[in-house]
Amino acid sequence: MAALRADFTLPLRSFELELALEVEGTVALVGPSGAGKTSVLRAIAGLVRPPRGRIALGDEVWLDTDTRLFRKPDERRVGLVFQEYALFPHLTVQQNVAYAGKQRADEYLERFRISHLAHAKPTALSGGERQRVALARTLARGPGVILLDEPLSALDAHTKGTVRAELQELLHELGLPALLVTHDFEDAAALADQVGVIVDGQLRQFATPSELVDRPTDAFVASFTGANLLRGKARRLDDDMTLVQLDTGELVYSTEWGEGDVGVVIYPWEVSIGRLHQDDSAMNLIQGEIRSVTAVGNRVRVRIGPITAEVTASSADKLELTRGGTVYASFKATGTRLVPLA
Amino acid sequence: MRKALLALLYFLAAAVALAFLTLPMLAIFVHVPPGRLIDQLSNPVVTDALIVSFKTTLIAQALVLLFGTPTAYLLASRRFPGRSLCITLVELPLVLPPAVAGIGLLAAFGRFGLLGSSLGSAGITLPFTQSAVTIAVAFVASPLYVRQAIAAFEAIDPNLVAASRTLGAGPARTFFRVVLPLARGGLLAGEALAFARGLGEFGATIMFAGSLQRVTQTLPLAIYAEFEVNFDVTLAISALLVLISAALLISLKLTSLWQPSEQTSRSRFAPLSSS
Repeated sequence: MAALRADFTLPLRSFELELALEVEGTVALVGPSGAGKTSVLRAIAGLVRPPRGRIALGDEVWLDTDTRLFRKPDERRVGLVFQEYALFPHLTVQQNVAYAGKQRADEYLERFRISHLAHAKPTALSGGERQRVALARTLARGPGVILLDEPLSALDAHTKGTVRAELQELLHELGLPALLVTHDFEDAAALADQVGVIVDGQLRQFATPSELVDRPTDAFVASFTGANLLRGKARRLDDDMTLVQLDTGELVYSTEWGEGDVGVVIYPWEVSIGRLHQDDSAMNLIQGEIRSVTAVGNRVRVRIGPITAEVTASSADKLELTRGGTVYASFKATGTRLVPLA
Repeated sequence: MRKALLALLYFLAAAVALAFLTLPMLAIFVHVPPGRLIDQLSNPVVTDALIVSFKTTLIAQALVLLFGTPTAYLLASRRFPGRSLCITLVELPLVLPPAVAGIGLLAAFGRFGLLGSSLGSAGITLPFTQSAVTIAVAFVASPLYVRQAIAAFEAIDPNLVAASRTLGAGPARTFFRVVLPLARGGLLAGEALAFARGLGEFGATIMFAGSLQRVTQTLPLAIYAEFEVNFDVTLAISALLVLISAALLISLKLTSLWQPSEQTSRSRFAPLSSS
């Protein structure tokens, strides 16, 4: 498998996209909307021409501004799956898939279990079916790299889970370098071996999903991975302990080193909830009113004052958690991370 | 009470407007018995004008399609300095008085016009020939087509064009397999409008091409020429033009019904209107 290497700058409306990336296996770029994620894919596909940089798939050079080399999209072995799939509305499913390669169209219709839809028009399909058609159409071209723009955002929550699992399996089977962009960290973590967090056109951190959770380099990365981020002022107590006075008034102990303006990072599953003031090993205790209770699968997310905790549905039942009640949220000093705030 | 009065006023205004707009067309058909109208259609003035009209209009439409379609696509798909100016220039003949268009054509292509001497030395004389009729028709009708074609091309989701390119199709294949089929409805509508406008052309033609039976006398020019000679002939031609125009309008409405407005990708533009 030839790796995709991209290193380029591209001026966008309000900032400059600057990126150096090597894609082997599946890589996800995550970031808020407007961070330049889609532009990365468009540059790699050749739909925009970066004024500086180099893009190559293995030995095939697609862009080299030093030698003024620029290959058009149709001259790159690239498969781009558009966010809303961009299926040709005037063609049938079969004609869409056969658009790039007639000989392999039937094989891909079969493979994606859409043979029965061959003569349907794209408008008659469900979101999940459209995505399968888009994937079949892209792969029928025989690309050397797959680019996916928000592959799950056009789907409803119900289909999303199934499609995500299918996509995971497909990307694994294909063995092609794949680059996907998404604004959802959970999707990125589920699909990709490595995740890059991109903000305002800059790559903030590039690591495996678990590394991003364990060691976020900054506050943005931390909050993006789903962690609580509490702002405050840090003061060293001794070699092992830092005390942070939160902006909301509470005190938080952390075993991490920090000084000055910091963000305290705590994952919701590190936080336990109790009705009574507990005297256990957790050093941090925040008392507050329950502001919201949201069920997420078999777990429940509870918002207490400034912090979100995640507990099992059964313990939420046992504690009779409802909006408005007062509870204690506790977490260990070792469960916190401190990141500098700009 | 006041509500009922208002409704009555609306109804009256609509009735007056509708009667005003339909009465002249109706009058053409009832002024003389239909048999006399049909008899007049075999009059050589009518058949000659019919041939001149259709020949020149068809050639003009072919030219409009051939040059107008790429022009519209370029103006719709590229952003460049001076684009708005280009579009305005293309649209200008639409609002120009036809007589002014005729004078302009004479000043450009006439024997003593801007290009007259170059054309003359090449052995080409345009004014008062059938080619002049074609040029006049193309000049006044093309903006209608180009304007509509720009709107049709702009309504196409740019992602569909991008998708075609990333699927290995070059610009030409993309144009013929994606852009043209998706713009078809709008292009046909523009073409129908341009055809109707071209068929009715009068002012520019009479100034630039004159009104010679069998050569440059189109149907509208024949109406004018026969006005004081044989009123029945003018009525017959008028009736014919009303029918052709109505047929064009109906086919225009039908094309706007089956144009592919279905999009699988969100369009950045509002859907194409039917006119």
